[in-house]
Amino acid sequence: MATTLEAPAESGRRGGGVTRAQVDARTKLFNRICLGVLIAFAILWLVPLAWALDTGLKPNAETTKATWWIDNPTFGAFRRTLQDTDILRWYAASFITAALNAIFTVITASLAAYALSRLNFRFKNWVFWFVLAGIMIPGQVLIVPQFREFNSVGLLNTFWAVVLPQVPTAVAVFIFKQFFDGLPRDLDEAARVDGASFWRVYRTVIMPLTRPAMAAVAIFTFVQAWNNLLWPLLVLTNPKLMTIPVGLATVQGSFGIRYADTMASAILGALPLVAVFLLFQKHIVQGIAGTGLKG
Amino acid sequence: MSTQTHAPATTGRAAPSRRTHALNDHGRPAAAFLAPFVILYVLFIIGPAIYGLVMSFFNTSLVKPGLSSWAGLGNYSEALQSKDFWSSLWHTVWFTILTTPPLIVLGFVFALLADRVARGRWFFRLAFFAPFILPSAVISLIWIWIYTPGLGILETALGKIGIGSPNWLGDIHWAMPSLAITTVWWTLGFNFILYLAGLQDINPELYEASAIDGAGPWQQIRSITIPLLARTTTLVAVLQVIASLKVFDQMYIMTAGGPNFSTRSVLEYVYDEGFTNFRVGYASAVSMLFFVVVLAVSAVWFAIVRTQEKEA
Repeated sequence: MATTLEAPAESGRRGGGVTRAQVDARTKLFNRICLGVLIAFAILWLVPLAWALDTGLKPNAETTKATWWIDNPTFGAFRRTLQDTDILRWYAASFITAALNAIFTVITASLAAYALSRLNFRFKNWVFWFVLAGIMIPGQVLIVPQFREFNSVGLLNTFWAVVLPQVPTAVAVFIFKQFFDGLPRDLDEAARVDGASFWRVYRTVIMPLTRPAMAAVAIFTFVQAWNNLLWPLLVLTNPKLMTIPVGLATVQGSFGIRYADTMASAILGALPLVAVFLLFQKHIVQGIAGTGLKG
Repeated sequence: MSTQTHAPATTGRAAPSRRTHALNDHGRPAAAFLAPFVILYVLFIIGPAIYGLVMSFFNTSLVKPGLSSWAGLGNYSEALQSKDFWSSLWHTVWFTILTTPPLIVLGFVFALLADRVARGRWFFRLAFFAPFILPSAVISLIWIWIYTPGLGILETALGKIGIGSPNWLGDIHWAMPSLAITTVWWTLGFNFILYLAGLQDINPELYEASAIDGAGPWQQIRSITIPLLARTTTLVAVLQVIASLKVFDQMYIMTAGGPNFSTRSVLEYVYDEGFTNFRVGYASAVSMLFFVVVLAVSAVWFAIVRTQEKEA
């Protein structure tokens, strides 16, 4: 691990009472203690994941020994999960629904945010507050009416039922609007003066400058959709259409005491998101930190 | 629906400005840009919200079409008199009390420590933040295994240092704290990142100036860092409280509300009443009561933010 300490700020001046050198020494010691504590906690935080991996690599019979040491490491549990469950179908279902969700959300939210940021129209403030009200409504209180809605049009057990209710995300509109408001108006006004339509300005001037916000919204929507349990659990009862969380939740009982198999399926279920995390770490962190969520 | 913003640009009163309104009013394009979002929003968020409100006044059943008979405030008074409703509300509040303080304090402390480390931040982000993006189903499976009596790593580890373990998920008194421990481990990363971002906004010159004046690290944290992070803390706190009140997944998979309903949250109660007992009218009333609680929390937040902004 390449952790080095921040060099103490250089400064020639001397403080009243305590010398600069004493302060530096104190700060250095303090930083060292900080690092030690932090590493200890970080390792503690990784233990559950490491333990799951460790268990997944054991034969089922050996999981009853609560030791880290694996006598006969095997990929058997992973192989069985891939063969005996519908996990490959769940991957496909999760990927399709999460990707559709992310694409639709980015498109619809950015279009709406563009109108709210750049166009003048009557009731603009009313529309803005109307959209903002959506942030207040907890999605969970909508499950019953949404379920009846989809039941009555016969869309249960389809991906539409999973995707559509998750598309209109008030927070996404808010994030895009914040970002657009921060872009200099001269840019798109110049294009307008040159005769470009709003649609053209949105597509060729605004959106290309919006990559960071777009990435953040897309990744968050994708991850959220991928992980969503309650709603897909209600609308997807056909095992062939289940998403990963629904599949894992339903299959859990059937593994019984085969802990290695259970852990292998958990790890396989988490794998794509670990990849997303490693690939998009920066965007995820900036997305949380920089897109208006900070308050 | 509010897509009708393309109403002809006429002003009610005798036109106050000479400039043609048409030049400045983008009603038609605005309607086109807003339409995709607003239509989905009305169909799947606002519509169901109103429908839910309506249903809460009827004896609606999941297995019969239509709203069924009028119940008036019957569902509400039943919920308010139901022991199950109040106990599920209490469990939800108890869970919120157990999770919120550690999630705020640890998020702050870990961010503070990580902020002093110049390199290797990716490692801490990985350790603290990665669990946050994993599906609740995965988290639950892993922690059920960790808590398993006799075999789980927690019992083994505590046994090695001579501490006996309760039956984590099986004991009425321990089930909720166990769920809280899992949740703290799982979701801490989000607060960690919010605090880390807040810390990076603090001007380093403030620290340098105070160091020149002889302030040690503790003093700096007390008199610079904590006050300047007040707004971040308010945000973290309210997001955390709302998230904790909405708990469902962990409980549904790890304990299914048990043992003996000791971990049944409000949303699990809604789920049980609506989808197991088919009483969706009643479940809607419970949802609405829960919505009022969340609204109250949000209102308190707005009030606090307002005062903070006035002070700033």
